[in-house]
Amino acid sequence: MLFTSYQFVIFVALLFVIYYRVNKEHQWIVLLLGSYLFYAYSGIFNLVYFLTTTVSTYFLSKHVQSLRTQQNDYIKEHKKEMGRDEKKAYRKKMKGKQWRTLLLALLFNFGVLGVVKYTNFMIGNYNGIMHLMGKSGTISFMDIALPMGISFYTFQSMGYMIDVYRGTVDAENNIFKLALFISFFPQVIQGPISRFKDLSETLFAEHDWNLKQITFGLERVLWGFCKKMIVADRILVAVNTIIHAPEQYDGFYVFLGMIFYAIELYADFTGGIDITIGLAQMFGVRLTENFDRPYFSKNIAEYWRRWHITMGTWFRDYVFYPLSVSPRMLKFSNWCRKKFPGNLGKRIPVYVSSFIVWFCTGLWHGASWNFIVWGLLNAAFITGSEEFKPLYKKFHTRFKVAGKWYYEGFQMLRTFLLMSSLRTLDCYRNVPLTFKMYGTMFTKFNIGEVLSTGIMKLGLSGADYMVVVIGVALMIGVSILKGKGDVRDQIEARSKVLKYVFIYVMAFAIIIFGAYGMGFDASQFIYNQF
Amino acid sequence: MMEELLDILEELHDDVDFETCTTLIDDKILDSFDIVTIVAEVNNEFDVIIPAAELTPENFNSAKALYALIERLEDE
Repeated sequence: MLFTSYQFVIFVALLFVIYYRVNKEHQWIVLLLGSYLFYAYSGIFNLVYFLTTTVSTYFLSKHVQSLRTQQNDYIKEHKKEMGRDEKKAYRKKMKGKQWRTLLLALLFNFGVLGVVKYTNFMIGNYNGIMHLMGKSGTISFMDIALPMGISFYTFQSMGYMIDVYRGTVDAENNIFKLALFISFFPQVIQGPISRFKDLSETLFAEHDWNLKQITFGLERVLWGFCKKMIVADRILVAVNTIIHAPEQYDGFYVFLGMIFYAIELYADFTGGIDITIGLAQMFGVRLTENFDRPYFSKNIAEYWRRWHITMGTWFRDYVFYPLSVSPRMLKFSNWCRKKFPGNLGKRIPVYVSSFIVWFCTGLWHGASWNFIVWGLLNAAFITGSEEFKPLYKKFHTRFKVAGKWYYEGFQMLRTFLLMSSLRTLDCYRNVPLTFKMYGTMFTKFNIGEVLSTGIMKLGLSGADYMVVVIGVALMIGVSILKGKGDVRDQIEARSKVLKYVFIYVMAFAIIIFGAYGMGFDASQFIYNQF
Repeated sequence: MMEELLDILEELHDDVDFETCTTLIDDKILDSFDIVTIVAEVNNEFDVIIPAAELTPENFNSAKALYALIERLEDE
């Protein structure tokens, strides 16, 4: 059931009515049933994967919790007769048991994700190697459908599992509540990837009818639909025309496709997240923000702190930090310091961790070399800019440009173009073709032809371009306003009537300007595929 | 020991007053690269391993909080 379908609108409307009609203590149960119904709609068999993750996470997290309780009780009971070393040894033994339970949960759940998502990628690589070696035997691809949102809910549940192991949260006693945490329907297909500590506060709470929260949620949902259906789905036509016929669309077309894709991805993903967070707000549930005006970032590291925030913090907290501070890495760090005196020796281990994390991030986005190369290039630019920091500092001091509006504008444009360039790897079917097409931007000068006639042959009319330009201008305007606080608060502060005017205007805009009209052929959200 | 810790921090950002600043994470003065560099330095200098679970804003928002963390881990 796509967010952009009639079925979804009816489903949410019914759930909303039931949610505020039932006894408040049963509201979370309504959300659970609704979430499972929503998920089952994607294929009843997908529920098997879903239940497997839920049940395994529940029992293994409970086991970790009981081991910790057992440890604390034992130490408390034998406080007097146990020496410091004895306590330390006992804690180490119990921590080892907890670690093995966590490891089992991680191996099992990431194993399932690995099998369904990466088996065919591995087979493809194996066959390719065999072909290169001149051997004839190849393995047939497996017929596995990727369960909806598996990357998101696996990451969310394993984040919870690690938090229980670390003692940041207590294991949830009620399996149905845990099931809701993993399956909450607005976020299950494209995030944000929530933390149990944050989400459980409002997810299981009782909610009164709160008109302000509901209308705020509705405003955000409609704004999300505007971005998705008016801008993203419209410009998608031109993007597809350019990237699906690379032999025909090279040179300046590649640059145009790159910019169009940056607009499409932003409108699609942030629009989807607006719908998600807005829907949750209508049910009184607070989700973590996933974007913080990312195209205003002045460097690539900042961009990744502002784009898909919950994925970035997941990788930081559960992969980058544990890897970087692991005893082996610290040993490697000490070795580097001896071998490479000065700052370089300190930075090498951080860079190694960074490349590993970005390799994983690339792989998370998709089972293809395009994403892996994309991840590694991100790591290369981030670590590279880290190395250039002293140089930047000297430049800023010498020319006194730091903080100047024109220089900040230049930095934003530079970051936008760099990130858009890396994203061309999302577009073309393989890595060599991507580099080849990217290269034509600098070798084939067809800008005149593209702008005079070519641009009108990409599947969009002049009116379509006009709608996109207005849409982009509005998105930029809203982003600027966001810098001063929540835009909905700003509207409310001016006039309460204005809020309802905006709701009507957005609803009509979606009906009138939606790329294909609601429910006809609205395309899937890009991040649903991850 | 506090002085050694301040030396480590000042080597990373010589333009920050680590003795008074209490928003090192909240104000994005320290990023994740800085944090893991500090952990490695602390390990090297004080022979203390700061586990990943302790890499929280509360523990890294000020030199004082970080110092308290190191002392706690030394005691354990």
